[in-house]
Amino acid sequence: MIHIKDLRASIEGKEILKGLNLDIKPGEVHAIMGPNGAGKSTLGYVLSGRDGYEVEGGSVEFKGQDLLDMEVEDRAQAGLFLAFQYPVEIPGVSNMEFMKESVNAIRLARGEEALSATDFLKKAKAACQQVDLPLAFLKRGVNEGFSGGEKKRNEIMQMILLEPSLCILDESDSGLDVDALQVVANGVNSQRDGKRSFIVVTHYQRLLDYIEPDYVHILADGKIVKSGDASLAKEVEKTGYAWLGAKAEEADA
Amino acid sequence: MSEQIEQAISRKYDAGFVSEIESDTFAAGLDESVIERISAMKNEPEWMLEWRLKAYRAWLKMEEPEWAHVDYPKMDYQAISYYSAPKSMKDKPQSLDEVDPELLRTYEKLGIPLHEQEMLAGVAVDAVFDSVSVVTTFRAKLEEAGVIFCPISEAIQKYPDLVKKYIGSVVPRGDNYFAALNSAVFTDGSFVYIPKGTRCPMELSTYFRINELNTGQFERTLIVAEEGSYVSYLEGCTAPQRDENQLHAAVVELVAMDNAEIKYSTVQNWYPGDENGKGGIYNFVTKRGIAETNAKISWTQVETGSAITWKYPSCILKGDNSVGEFYSVALTRGRQQADTGTKMIHMGKNTRSTIISKGISAGNSSNAYRGLVRMGPNADGARNFTECDSLLIGDTCAAHTFPYIESRNPSAIVEHEATTSKVSDDQLFLCRQRGLNPEKAVSMIVNGFCKEVFKELPMEFAVEAGKLLEISLEGSVG
Repeated sequence: MIHIKDLRASIEGKEILKGLNLDIKPGEVHAIMGPNGAGKSTLGYVLSGRDGYEVEGGSVEFKGQDLLDMEVEDRAQAGLFLAFQYPVEIPGVSNMEFMKESVNAIRLARGEEALSATDFLKKAKAACQQVDLPLAFLKRGVNEGFSGGEKKRNEIMQMILLEPSLCILDESDSGLDVDALQVVANGVNSQRDGKRSFIVVTHYQRLLDYIEPDYVHILADGKIVKSGDASLAKEVEKTGYAWLGAKAEEADA
Repeated sequence: MSEQIEQAISRKYDAGFVSEIESDTFAAGLDESVIERISAMKNEPEWMLEWRLKAYRAWLKMEEPEWAHVDYPKMDYQAISYYSAPKSMKDKPQSLDEVDPELLRTYEKLGIPLHEQEMLAGVAVDAVFDSVSVVTTFRAKLEEAGVIFCPISEAIQKYPDLVKKYIGSVVPRGDNYFAALNSAVFTDGSFVYIPKGTRCPMELSTYFRINELNTGQFERTLIVAEEGSYVSYLEGCTAPQRDENQLHAAVVELVAMDNAEIKYSTVQNWYPGDENGKGGIYNFVTKRGIAETNAKISWTQVETGSAITWKYPSCILKGDNSVGEFYSVALTRGRQQADTGTKMIHMGKNTRSTIISKGISAGNSSNAYRGLVRMGPNADGARNFTECDSLLIGDTCAAHTFPYIESRNPSAIVEHEATTSKVSDDQLFLCRQRGLNPEKAVSMIVNGFCKEVFKELPMEFAVEAGKLLEISLEGSVG
């Protein structure tokens, strides 16, 4: 699905990713954990092509294409989805309008026909129900006046509708209570079909109780310093990230 | 500011073509003899000519206003031609079959087919080309309902008593510099009369087109809604792309008698000039309505064109319980300048007014809202609510708000809210991450910003207005 090789990236001249390597095959779920400031969110932004994130070196191949050479919308159309940590509001543009344009832009790029209003509505209703959002949210402005938890669920709703190949979840668990966490996790799990891949970025192990990863990577100071299976997350939960200090310096040397 | 937004707002003007039509055009210049000739071309009665000449003499003594937040070189009023009409219109074609096909093609290209069977059902159109009305559709159907919808030049001859009674009754001859000029030299425009208790069976619409070089367009529209009647009227405007500035100085007067309602919508897309500010229409317009007891006047405007806009559609809320509304979207880009807003003059008791103004500035443009809310001494219990929102795209444009509030009645309530926001990189990134290209993203964000105003437009035109914004924002992204 995606091969990330020695990826280096900076923001405003400050290097954040310092040679990151990651290989994800179709159907795999990779969790990225790490302390604050390790570069977890940066990874999501760099992969999705956000302005202001300068790639300094390395390569990323996504479904056989050179990802770093593509525009933001082309990456999205190719099947890369980012669930935002802090989804922004777009006042006056209804969720429904927004998602219909979005779904159809992506369908057209895939060579499929645009959905009719009725077909789209059917899908949108189903997606809403899946993440336990009242249908009224389809008519409200994108994220306008949504609570933190509603915004997160709205992101998952969008993910379900867009049927991407690679989903990057950027701290989709932050600020959620246990019930909401379960709803988000169920939404994600429902999309695991053996082909779709996930990068689950999280600070806490908690989310991984609900979304079981195939691999867990610890990101510290812009590099993956340790990889393992789901048990690595449990280890982190017990010991915290303090032990990483020495490890990161070792890796730098 | 991200490059994508810059590209997304670069200009493209779809209506900029010139029609090859032979015209009778007056030589440039203005004096009393020019006004006499205009009046003669229109076969006007003596009183009309007198009225024009009085306006002209008043105009000569007036000074061009300079208080607006716009900047342009002094205009030479002797360099403008004050009358231009397609030659083929001289013989007054009796039906569409007799109208020059090139004229009809012009309107078709603009998306305004004039054959009734091809038109939007339920919309009657008066098409004004330079100084004359080309055709007015669905007249027979409107006559059945007793509604008069015709060029004002025709109304002056056919319904002189009505015109004489109401012309200048809302915007007097000497009201302001541009209104006085218009009163002296107006050439065509629409006249609408809705009889007592009648709900106009269809939307009425006038489409103004400036084609000829170096001419001004001075149209005059008069709408009279008798007691308990209702009418919804829409005007649209375009002009060819030219390097010279052209003047459009219109006057619109609305009279809403007791319990009547007039809804007046404008989609203004005059040529805005190029990215360096060369060319474009100077749109200096006076629009005002007077509302009697329980009457309602609602102005909705979508202003995307013109090099300079100077326009304040206003309501005089004379009768008790009368209602005035102003919903506006003004988009400026490139070097465009707009100074636009409204005046709500509350005279009667319990009069109410609502002002929703959405200004969008991009490029190097300047966009100002200027509005006056005046509560008169007799306006007991009157209320106004004003909301002024500005949206900035990029960091080289400007938005200004000049609200004036005058209250002479302690029981009156005036509310004013204002916000300024930007199309943020975060919003743009979210849209693009969901697969939308930057142009689509910006136009969607801008459309969302304007939603409160668009919902006031007649349904057929709300879609048009949305598309117009999209075209205005469309870039030439290679």
